[in-house]
Amino acid sequence: MIRVVLPAQLRSLSGAGPEVELADGVAPTQRGVLDALEARYPVLRGTIRDPQTERRRPFLRFFAGQEDVSLAGPDAPLPDAVAAGTDPLVVVTAIAGG
Amino acid sequence: MSSVRVLVGTQKGAFVLTSDGARRDWEVSGPHFGGWEVYHVKGSPIAPDRVWAAQSRGWFGQLVQRSDDGGRTWAPVGNEFLYADGPVTHQWYDGTPHPWEFARVWHLEPSTSDPDLLWAGVEDAGLFRSSDGGTTWEELPGLRNQETGPSWQPGAGGLCLHTILPDADGKRIVVAISAAGVFRSDDGGDSWRPATRGLRSEFLPVPDAEVGHCVHHVARHPDRPDVLFMQKHWDVMRSDDGGWTWREISGDLPTDFGFVVDVHAHEPDTVYVVPITSDSEHYPPEGALRVYRSRTGGDEWEPLTRGLPQRDCYVNVLRDALAVDSLDPCGLYFGTTGGQVYVSADEGDTWSAAVRDLPRVLSVEVQTLP
Repeated sequence: MIRVVLPAQLRSLSGAGPEVELADGVAPTQRGVLDALEARYPVLRGTIRDPQTERRRPFLRFFAGQEDVSLAGPDAPLPDAVAAGTDPLVVVTAIAGG
Repeated sequence: MSSVRVLVGTQKGAFVLTSDGARRDWEVSGPHFGGWEVYHVKGSPIAPDRVWAAQSRGWFGQLVQRSDDGGRTWAPVGNEFLYADGPVTHQWYDGTPHPWEFARVWHLEPSTSDPDLLWAGVEDAGLFRSSDGGTTWEELPGLRNQETGPSWQPGAGGLCLHTILPDADGKRIVVAISAAGVFRSDDGGDSWRPATRGLRSEFLPVPDAEVGHCVHHVARHPDRPDVLFMQKHWDVMRSDDGGWTWREISGDLPTDFGFVVDVHAHEPDTVYVVPITSDSEHYPPEGALRVYRSRTGGDEWEPLTRGLPQRDCYVNVLRDALAVDSLDPCGLYFGTTGGQVYVSADEGDTWSAAVRDLPRVLSVEVQTLP
């Protein structure tokens, strides 16, 4: 079971709780996780990655524990701790506000 | 008794203001989509409880929300604005080619004849249409494929398509783009021609060029589609042939820079603008917020000041932030970058603030309800 932590703005948009638990069988890659997340919460489609290019939105990053995995390819395996559900995949937003 | 519903888009959410026909006391609901930029909110003229909102945020891209109960509850609809085949670049500020990239929806224009039909004007400039209430969108690529497309260049706010004026049958459509100009189609959006003859912009290398004009907004009276009024970057303009030719009507305005223009509901030659000092000073001259009204179709203007701040006021009124209801006498509504929404229930003679402390107002629309 893969766990995902969304930023507050996307939690309120989607109605998701503090942590989303995806069903077993989701491919442990960025693409697999985002496909499953968008299937469960269609309103998130286009908010984390561009719907046309599927590129990660530039003000967002993906963290697994202390590791920034943003620049790994969409089909690169996520760290074992994320795949096993030990650590969540955390979607982090750039800070704004000065 | 009739009532009005004012739809306000702000930098941090949408608000719905309601009042009875007296337009004195206001109920405010919102923020809807708090924290998100809402560039535009607009309702269907024929199914008024159906309202769309363009919700976006730099972090998360574009969403479109629809309400079927007059703005009380909302549900997301389609947010995929995929450009069709066409030019892949436009000019960047420095004149180099720049990829045509979707940034956001600036304007939503519901049809006056079909509650499922609406258009969206987007940045980078493109015109999209939905015939299923916003669930899916398709570009009308003939606009960008018009031969001048690759030469279009953004204004400071971006290369945005911000004005959409479709006729009731959807055949004739006039759109405006900053900073490209006005374009008109007579075949439902398949083919387009620039509609800019008579425009003159001194910042251009060729001031009367066919494209490159920073048109801020265009308005018309629904009963007189051939007569268009334009607030250009500088100059207030009028066309009597549906946009093919224009003449200046700035007349005795204190400055002809500004963003908004709109037309009286019952007097097609009564026009309103809000003069702004200049392109570098986006606030009213002398710190006095004044709406100007022409009852002669332009050239002769009178200031409307009663109830508006006449000192120390340095707000702006953005291009989609002036609206007119269809009661008699008609009401006017405008929002400011300082968060005020001002209302006049008597054609602009007197004003009061319906609400004073909203986030920066990006757009104002009004629905007149039975």
